[in-house]
Amino acid sequence: MTRKLKEIIIKRIFFLFACVSILILALIVTFLFREGIPIFRMVSVRDFLFGSEWYPTFDPPAFGIWPLIVGSFIVTFFSTMIAVPLGVLSAVYISEIAPRPIKEILKPVIELLAGIPSVVLGFFGMVVLAPWLQDTFDLPTGLNIVNASLMLALMAVPTISSISEDALYAVPREFKEASYALGATKSETILKVIIPSALSGISTAVILGMARAIGETMVVLMVAGGAAAIPESLFDSVRPMPASIAAEMGEAPFRSEHYYALFATGIVLFLLTLAFNLIADYVANKFKEVGSGTL
Amino acid sequence: MRWRYFKEALFFGLVRLSALIIAGALGGLLFYIVWHGIGAISWDFLTLPPVDSMTKGGIMPAILGTLYLTIGAIVIALPLGIMSAIYLTEYAKQGPAMRVIRIGVNCLAGVPSIVFGLFGLGLFVVFLQFGSCILSGALTLGILILPTIIGASEEALKSVPQTFREASLALGVSKWQTIYRIVLPSALPGILTGSILGIGRAAGETAPIMFTAAAFYTARLPSSIFDEVMALPFHIYVLATAGTHIEATRPIQYGTVLVLVGLVLGVDLIAIIIRSTLRKRKRW
Repeated sequence: MTRKLKEIIIKRIFFLFACVSILILALIVTFLFREGIPIFRMVSVRDFLFGSEWYPTFDPPAFGIWPLIVGSFIVTFFSTMIAVPLGVLSAVYISEIAPRPIKEILKPVIELLAGIPSVVLGFFGMVVLAPWLQDTFDLPTGLNIVNASLMLALMAVPTISSISEDALYAVPREFKEASYALGATKSETILKVIIPSALSGISTAVILGMARAIGETMVVLMVAGGAAAIPESLFDSVRPMPASIAAEMGEAPFRSEHYYALFATGIVLFLLTLAFNLIADYVANKFKEVGSGTL
Repeated sequence: MRWRYFKEALFFGLVRLSALIIAGALGGLLFYIVWHGIGAISWDFLTLPPVDSMTKGGIMPAILGTLYLTIGAIVIALPLGIMSAIYLTEYAKQGPAMRVIRIGVNCLAGVPSIVFGLFGLGLFVVFLQFGSCILSGALTLGILILPTIIGASEEALKSVPQTFREASLALGVSKWQTIYRIVLPSALPGILTGSILGIGRAAGETAPIMFTAAAFYTARLPSSIFDEVMALPFHIYVLATAGTHIEATRPIQYGTVLVLVGLVLGVDLIAIIIRSTLRKRKRW
């Protein structure tokens, strides 16, 4: 009896530890709201989200984060445009085409790319890409949407590539063989059979890649240029939400309106990435790859 | 028919090109960093503190700070992560509770690093009044890498064959003893290698420590976990954006980048190599 009791207690203890992740999420929500909600005594939620002027240090200050939201979405959109083809095609290469030795090199390469600290990519964008863009296109500054999107794409590629590769790998052999038996070429088989079968996994990969890009801080802080205005061209500077938080929190007086506004920006960012992750989870579970058993 | 061959060639060309671009990007980046950074590296650079308002001297306090923060993070995240993973793989049954925990871990993995920074500021620095210090930073980083550790531990635990557990249970050994004596020792190398990847992540992050631990410059080395520290990633950011001599300190910046990249990718590479030998040398 005591042995059984002990086992039950141990199981409970492990359960509690497993709940730590949930607890932390709850704490994150609690403390973001605790420090962020007070701003809404000053500005309405609508004016905060859709106000087009972000002048937190002016007198009177203006706390409209619409330009920051637009900035975040623009760099996320363009980096996704670059990262999706690169990530998915490289996954196809690794799982379907590459000879074994190349595969064994390329997989760690992608893992190492994922491991490069974001501040290093930001630094590279600042000292290499920015001057090059500025000279080549004769711009006032090389710190702009193009630069940020390129560097963010580098961060998103490993996520997209490795998750897509898992999805492609999970496609049953029979699908491929059936396609070849019908006389399809390799590229036709990949494009019309394998990729569609792995589509839910690839979609998950893309969504998670986007979540990574929208939440990334150091790259946009260092290379997006920092202009809190709605951009008019690809070579304009933007100030995505994470950049604004990181750049201004150090100077915002403790528990001032500015401080609250930055936490509230954090809430928006958190809810956005949470939504991305929940959608990814939903897609991954709802449209599980069909197995050969369903043939 | 010709068109079909053309399409085939075009597709394969694109696929190969994309793999080449990725490998080229990593190779180019590393080459550039080593090329520009190697000149700055010397024994003095690694062992001396910065002098003359950080325009000369070394980066020893930043290396040390990153080391402290990373060790703290792993000490916090490793036990928590392994315990969570044991519950998820050994005890949990498919069902709503497991589903909720799973979603929780996934969502935690997706929280932006700057939000972890805000959270650390709100909870550890302000609410618990630790202030900006090693403890706050290590706790924040520990939470940040928790999902990585859980994922790695789960993978390692799952790779222990079911027959091991069955054999042990058949001998009348209790479930806990089976986990403790049979499953964990078999999974431990895998858990540890996976966790090394977490170390790399913690060492390279900047945003979570900006408001919770990192200092522009400290005149002395930290003497307790309640002291602020310098850290390599933050040092790079500060020198590259906020210094008064941004151009003049470029060599120091490149050198610091090289040290950070060497540290992080070195650690990652070790983990990758150990993992691949482990996979090949499985006894079962």
